[in-house]
Amino acid sequence: MSKEMTGAKMVVQALKDQGVDTVFGYPGGAVLPIYDEVFQQNDIRHILVRHEQGAVHAAEGYARSTGKPGVALVTSGPGATNAVTGLTDALMDSIPIIVLTGQVPTFMIGSDAFQEADTVGITRPCTKHNWLVKETDALSGIMHEAFHVATSGRPGPVLVDIPKDVQFATGKYTGPKAMQSHYQPQVKGDLEEITELVAAMEKAKRPVFYTGGGVINSGPAASQLLRELVDATGFPITSTLMGLGAYPASGKNWLGMLGMHGLYEANLAMHDCDLMINIGARFDDRITGRIDAFSPKSTKAHIDIDPSSINKVVKTDIPIVGDVAHVLEDILKVWKSRGRKTNADAVAKWHGQINEWRKVNCLAYTNSETTIKPQYALQRLEELTRDHPSRYICTEVGQHQMWAAQYLGFEDPNRWMTSGGLGTMGYGTPASIGVQIAHPDALVINVAGEASWLMNMQEMGTAVQYRAPVKQFILNNERLGMVRQWQELLHGERYSNSWSEALPDFVKLAEAFGAKGIYCDNPADLDDAIREMLAYDGPVIFDCVVEKHENCFPMIPSGKAHNEMLLGEAETQGVIDAKGSVLV
Amino acid sequence: MSALKIKKGSNSHSAYNLRPTFSDVVERHTLAVLVENEPGVLARVIGLFSGRGYNIESLTVAEVDHTGHLSRITIVTTGTPQVIVQIKAQLGRIVSVHEVHDLTVEGASVERELAIMKVVGTGDKRVEALRLADIFRANVVDSTLESFIFEITGAPEKVDAFADLMRPLGLVEMARTGVAALLRGD
Repeated sequence: MSKEMTGAKMVVQALKDQGVDTVFGYPGGAVLPIYDEVFQQNDIRHILVRHEQGAVHAAEGYARSTGKPGVALVTSGPGATNAVTGLTDALMDSIPIIVLTGQVPTFMIGSDAFQEADTVGITRPCTKHNWLVKETDALSGIMHEAFHVATSGRPGPVLVDIPKDVQFATGKYTGPKAMQSHYQPQVKGDLEEITELVAAMEKAKRPVFYTGGGVINSGPAASQLLRELVDATGFPITSTLMGLGAYPASGKNWLGMLGMHGLYEANLAMHDCDLMINIGARFDDRITGRIDAFSPKSTKAHIDIDPSSINKVVKTDIPIVGDVAHVLEDILKVWKSRGRKTNADAVAKWHGQINEWRKVNCLAYTNSETTIKPQYALQRLEELTRDHPSRYICTEVGQHQMWAAQYLGFEDPNRWMTSGGLGTMGYGTPASIGVQIAHPDALVINVAGEASWLMNMQEMGTAVQYRAPVKQFILNNERLGMVRQWQELLHGERYSNSWSEALPDFVKLAEAFGAKGIYCDNPADLDDAIREMLAYDGPVIFDCVVEKHENCFPMIPSGKAHNEMLLGEAETQGVIDAKGSVLV
Repeated sequence: MSALKIKKGSNSHSAYNLRPTFSDVVERHTLAVLVENEPGVLARVIGLFSGRGYNIESLTVAEVDHTGHLSRITIVTTGTPQVIVQIKAQLGRIVSVHEVHDLTVEGASVERELAIMKVVGTGDKRVEALRLADIFRANVVDSTLESFIFEITGAPEKVDAFADLMRPLGLVEMARTGVAALLRGD
């Protein structure tokens, strides 16, 4: 079935046919025909952001909290270049988003026209794929393929660049069913490899599941299957920053997050295990620490939908290419059919060892009665919001992000939105708005640092305009805390440009935006202040003034192995050698 | 039917062989990459190599299937076995890439390159250049009283050898196409 319509109308029609209900965007000269079509319909809601970077992060927040692709619509030139950080962020974290950009008319491309940029050239390395649409007849096919590419295989951001004359011209629209794409990634894992993994699981004395964002991306079924497999085998499980919530934090086999600021028991379990089962994680450098000392005694299995992730960093003994849910289903099937065997005695002993490590109580910190410790603030936030039926947490990037990952517990997938791979300061505020737009009745909290938060604070205008009651929970230490921590550890306490001078009054700032501001600097008042934030039906900026010089522990210093973790202040002298200090 | 005319190999000879032996020895591999012939596709492939720090020794590209709009890119690259496996996997995830074949591991292959060389000289040197060209089966495609342009086809090593001989005889300019390669047999 094909119909004649303008390119601009096709864009809106294709979005509708793909089931899109929300678009985050910002208009401009080269997308005016599309905005005209957006104006003349009611099926798709357009959320006007305050900056194009905000549109992309909001689309990411929408995508990560719903499991559906997020959509952003921006203009040519600066609109497109402002979207680049969000695209790169989505590429690093494998988030399915579709960014539509306007472009100068085809006959002006290459003439350095007003607001012209080589958008497909600029975004080629930071998208999974991108298209420049040169004729209206090709537009609907490309739109549908864009959704297919963004959501199939390892998800990621795509961009469709649409010149203005293509938007005005009339052409044939074809529906999603007519879309043909040779891009069909393999989802089923190789049964021989799966059987080899099951055989290794049956014999393993010290197994550990190491899971990542791939479990979340695979969909809710993957999390369910993971829970079934973990609980049936009784193997301990840890997760990357990206995978939190796939297995519940309250689950009995849960070790907590691993990695640079991961838990002692999780990292030591990784170091000493004899079978590591990586499910949808990618051996990121935040996880492995020193590669040649990474889990030296283990057999490593790696389940990933992207063949390039396998053997990229760490040599894999049992590689399985496939979608997590499909592969987990087959693992369970094979494991059950072979008699549900595990080396139960050895695994029980392994848990005993892990419990010994747990006694170290690596998240312990020295509390204060006069100053709010950031860890304490997050513990109170956790305590007061844990039982909320639909709590979503976003973060910015830095110490507060790691503390949030350590002290908040996630029971379900898609409840935790944080910039993992790219580490984008300024991600959290727009992401929280994207989450709130997708879940209007949910409790959406952005755990932020004051420096990160300022990077995209203009989006408070968006929150107020759309009555998105996002709670901006700012741990204000008047420092770039993580930068300060690294300067303390490896630059002789020379704190070059890592403090926030001339901060705004956040309460007045909130009021200027038409939101509510709350200030708290006393531990005794904290609970009431958090309750006040939760009770308010609208966006809140919570200025939580915390200890200025708190360091984030535990920590694996750069260039060190998992069993060389630092647990607290006393251990920080001269810990990073010359080789480690060149690493980030 | 694949425009590459390469039989799909067994798993052990697949371009996605996931169990490499990690050695430090740098190897030279010839890759045949079948891509959709669309604007920017070459930039995607080259951008991958520059962005991830891989080597390109030679690269040729042309449309080989006009009806299917498929181009064949032949890349000669070097790297340790781990890097070569990564290169193939990274090429494979480019959406415009249909197939990736490693001609170095999939079986014996034929490699050919075309070069044209301008050799300037008179007297004995000129006679010697012409005599050597005959031995190498190089053709004279242009001539003046003081110069020849030779056309030579062969494996890159043969072209190198001919160029080395021509250098003292007055080689002033050379253009090479880069390697085109096919697997032998059917």
